[in-house]
Amino acid sequence: MTIEADRIDSVELCRAVAAFKAKGCRFVTITCVGADQRGAELLYHFDRELALSHLRLTVAGDEVPSICGIYSAAFLVENEIQDQFGLRFNGLVPDYRRTLFLAGEDSLPPFRRKSGPDQEE
Amino acid sequence: MAGTILPFGPQHPVLPEPLHLNLQIEDEIVVSATPAFGYVHRGLEKLADIRDFRQMIQVVERVCGICSMIHALTYCQGLEELMGIEPTPRARFLRVIWSELHRLHSHLLWLGLFADAMGFESLFMQLWKVRERIMDINEATAGNRVILSVNVIGGVRRDLDSGQTAWILSELAEVEKGFSAMSRTILHDYTVQKRTRGKGALSRSQAMELGCVGPMLRASGVSQDMRLLGYAAYGELEFAPVVEQDGDCYARCRVRFAELGQSIGLIRQAIAKLPAGDTSVPVKGRPPAGEVVARAEQPRGECLYYIKANGGKFLDRLRIRTPTFANIPALTVMLPGIELADVPVVLLSIDPCISCTER
Repeated sequence: MTIEADRIDSVELCRAVAAFKAKGCRFVTITCVGADQRGAELLYHFDRELALSHLRLTVAGDEVPSICGIYSAAFLVENEIQDQFGLRFNGLVPDYRRTLFLAGEDSLPPFRRKSGPDQEE
Repeated sequence: MAGTILPFGPQHPVLPEPLHLNLQIEDEIVVSATPAFGYVHRGLEKLADIRDFRQMIQVVERVCGICSMIHALTYCQGLEELMGIEPTPRARFLRVIWSELHRLHSHLLWLGLFADAMGFESLFMQLWKVRERIMDINEATAGNRVILSVNVIGGVRRDLDSGQTAWILSELAEVEKGFSAMSRTILHDYTVQKRTRGKGALSRSQAMELGCVGPMLRASGVSQDMRLLGYAAYGELEFAPVVEQDGDCYARCRVRFAELGQSIGLIRQAIAKLPAGDTSVPVKGRPPAGEVVARAEQPRGECLYYIKANGGKFLDRLRIRTPTFANIPALTVMLPGIELADVPVVLLSIDPCISCTER
């Protein structure tokens, strides 16, 4: 069983999220499924009248466009993902620079995998 | 930067848990608010790497005490969907009963704290006295007051006999009498109205755009409640969300107060329709594989679990989006423009649970 989600890349992300907002969808959250040195996989969840829709973003590297300019509420979960997975969201406001939950001296993202997203450690 | 930066929390008389707000103040008026966390973060999601998917039921129950039962319920429902397991009818109704008992004691706890934040100390004590009856029901039926530990994959581990259901109904009648006696003060007192009406207001479109959930969303005129999805036995009970239109602290208070009576009504319906039979189904076969999103309505709103499993005993990923995590961004819009003295009331109106946020 897998979640039905539209697969997109970084270039398409903001346009796809803006389309959900234009339809009146409520932003639910972002799930970082996994991240390592090769890239990351994120799921964006939206709700419209109790029906969930998902976007599946696969990125190479650590940089992801922020959707804060579209849904300002995304700042909290994007900062959390920065803390936990070591990704960097471009355009994130406010940017806690990995101090939302971490204490500054913790430099290793605790959820980041050493190998690929689909491989065992 | 103009104005003064005032640190609010993490230790503050109105906060039962540590939350920090950097408030930018000009002439006692809040200009901006930036939340900060990290004082009690536990990394519970990461425990899925080293704990069996069955052991994780005990872990997710400890995300939050106030809604522990519904955390375990959401997690178990997600795994049941992945494993193709249908819980027994009796288990589905029992899950509703314990879920609504949790909502009752959570809302009574919040109403008490809210009253205390406004200076109504005797009201706070009276509400918590009423709440004790719910805690007694929890203890008598599940063995614990807070962490009930009743959910298992495929059903529940405890049952209610006819004597217990009759006793629960008589206790709920007393609970209803208890909070109804306080309705005049909670809903119509001059001070309560003065402190809550028009404070921290969110329009319908703002609440939607900010991703609000639960009573926050319903107080702004959005009729959304995950119980409408019909999970457990909610699909077989009469239910319509409580909705208010003003979107302010008073509207949130009205929604939660009305939901007390609604929860009692749901428990009465569930007990009246409680089917006979087993409380769980045996779970056989391989560990779960695949990914699923499960949602349920906690006292504070929608809770979302993302589960990714690979057929082994450890999950690939467990993600928990708690309701307070969804409601906190709204504070950045609700607080600017209000007086500093109103910050505690507006902050409490979201029913913040830092234990959930720092899971």
